[in-house]
Amino acid sequence: MLDRPLAGIPADPSPARVAAIRIEGAQKSFGSFQALRGVDLEVQQGEFFALLGPNGAGKTTLINLLAGLTRPDAGTLAILGHDVRADYRAARRAVGIVPQELVFDPFFTVRETLRLQCGYFGIRPDAAWIDELLENLQLQDKANANMRALSGGMKRRVLVAQALVHRPAVLVLDEPTAGVDVELRQTLWKFIRRLNAEGQTILLTTHYLEEAQSLCERVAMMKAGRIVALDHTSKLLTDHSHPSVTLRLQAAQVLPGPLAARAVPLADGRLRIAIDSYAEVEQVLAACRESGLTIADLEVGQPDLEDVFVAIMRGEVA
Amino acid sequence: MRGFFTLFRKEMLRFWKVSFQTLLAPLVSTLLYLLVFAQVMSGRSEIYPGISYREFLVPGLAMMAMLQNAFSNTSSSMVQSKITGNIVFVLLTPLRPIEMFGAYVMAAMVRGMAVGTCVWLVSLLFFPRLPAHPLELLAFALLGNLLAAVLGLIAGIWAEKFDQMAAFQNFLIVPLTFLAGVFYSIHGLPPFWRDVSRFNPFLYMIDGFRHGFFGVSDVAPLDSLLIVGLSAFALSWLTLVLISRGWRLRH
Ligand SMILES: Nc1ncnc2c1ncn2[C@@H]1O[C@H](COP(=O)(O)OP(=O)(O)OP(=O)(O)O)[C@@H](O)[C@H]1O
Ligand SMILES: [Mg+2]
Repeated sequence: MLDRPLAGIPADPSPARVAAIRIEGAQKSFGSFQALRGVDLEVQQGEFFALLGPNGAGKTTLINLLAGLTRPDAGTLAILGHDVRADYRAARRAVGIVPQELVFDPFFTVRETLRLQCGYFGIRPDAAWIDELLENLQLQDKANANMRALSGGMKRRVLVAQALVHRPAVLVLDEPTAGVDVELRQTLWKFIRRLNAEGQTILLTTHYLEEAQSLCERVAMMKAGRIVALDHTSKLLTDHSHPSVTLRLQAAQVLPGPLAARAVPLADGRLRIAIDSYAEVEQVLAACRESGLTIADLEVGQPDLEDVFVAIMRGEVA
Repeated sequence: MRGFFTLFRKEMLRFWKVSFQTLLAPLVSTLLYLLVFAQVMSGRSEIYPGISYREFLVPGLAMMAMLQNAFSNTSSSMVQSKITGNIVFVLLTPLRPIEMFGAYVMAAMVRGMAVGTCVWLVSLLFFPRLPAHPLELLAFALLGNLLAAVLGLIAGIWAEKFDQMAAFQNFLIVPLTFLAGVFYSIHGLPPFWRDVSRFNPFLYMIDGFRHGFFGVSDVAPLDSLLIVGLSAFALSWLTLVLISRGWRLRH
């Protein structure tokens, strides 16, 4: 992040050091409504990055600016060092966008759609690559079906294939798993992970935080047009979330004083005790034993991105 | 260039896959006009010596069919893509504004020319006459289709709903074509309306096209060619500027 190339100096000759995505001071208003209030963000090549935030935070607006579908009021955006306005052709060749909206052209079949999309990028359609995409997205049976005849989840998978058909170095997925069933969600992530392992940069938005937690090395959280948290996933987890012990005592038993003060009663009658490290599990259990309590049910909770998200959105952290 | 050709091919496929509606239907409706008007107006005097009123109608109707089809190809394609959202597939690509413009407009011109050619071929069955100036005929046909296709593209980019599109078509395109002398010569109009008609670029298209057919016209063909050519050029340039700026496409 610190070694960004200076303005006016040609992009770093060693391509590995050019940021995959660089956004500086991006602002966008719709009428009097400020959807983006100055966003700075840099995603390095090869990263698997999550952009999170509640509905209306501005994630899609930011992606649309990157895609050139929307024009910023202020700020600059670049993909692999190519400014999305001044050098739009190179920028668009470098990025594949999976839009949030389920759009399709009812005139064509799945294969026709992919061949056309390839052609728009000035590339000769590569049948082997198209077949590989269809296979990895489990669309091979539908290759010759009209787009109209696909289910919602299948249409979304075609959108993923369309974004990949020109083999972009950067892939941006705006809620790719909305409406996709569990099994396919897993195959989709397996495929995207493989692309990432082969060097593709992935930027992802999702409301399934466990997906972001298990896939992404770094996370940015947006709220009301601003980035309110940006860090490594593991750092966010240790900073804002704790492991916990959740237990149920036998009827009418109560925790000893010091533990009772720390315990949060849950709706189902269980008690949750936040701990700093797993070593504390032993201490909690020991305290219970010493007070002669019987534990009917016990669960050790992992730190969870959802807790981090809720804490950050409530504004409990800067 | 491949990007341009792909979009052009896609626009061609779009109307070709529904050619029943986009080619056959306009042909049938134009021939109906010809049959009905020819029947009703059969006693009318000749407008130009040696050319029956029925035959006089042929080039006007052919041009009208071309204009309406070229217009509706670009306009409906664009407005549909915008409303369904699949215009993003084009907007996400490195296609240059001129490639987008060229692909939409040229596919619409192909459709217009196809309809026009069919109308003309069928009319040969009734009126076997070869055009007086074939190159002139072709020039006016191409320019007319270009102008209508560009107007359609502007309308499609401007419109946000189908009814706005229909308003553009019903309050601008249809009156301009109907009042362009398809069914009459402007010499037959009262002086006031004759002067008003002179501001209608479609009039020059039809008049010049008719000159290509019969070798006679109301306006000098070179003047018509200049007016139609300049209008087409100016509108094309305007449309290119609008596309480059992302007017109503990139918000
Ligand atoms: N074209 C537009 N015109 C007016 N307001 C808009 C437009 N596009 C977005 N907005 C507003 O900008 C804000 C941000 O929208 P955006 O779609 O970026 O949110 P998001 O973070 O992607 O939300 P979600 O999780 O629901 O997809 C919202 O309040 C939305 O209403
Ligand atoms: Mg969104």
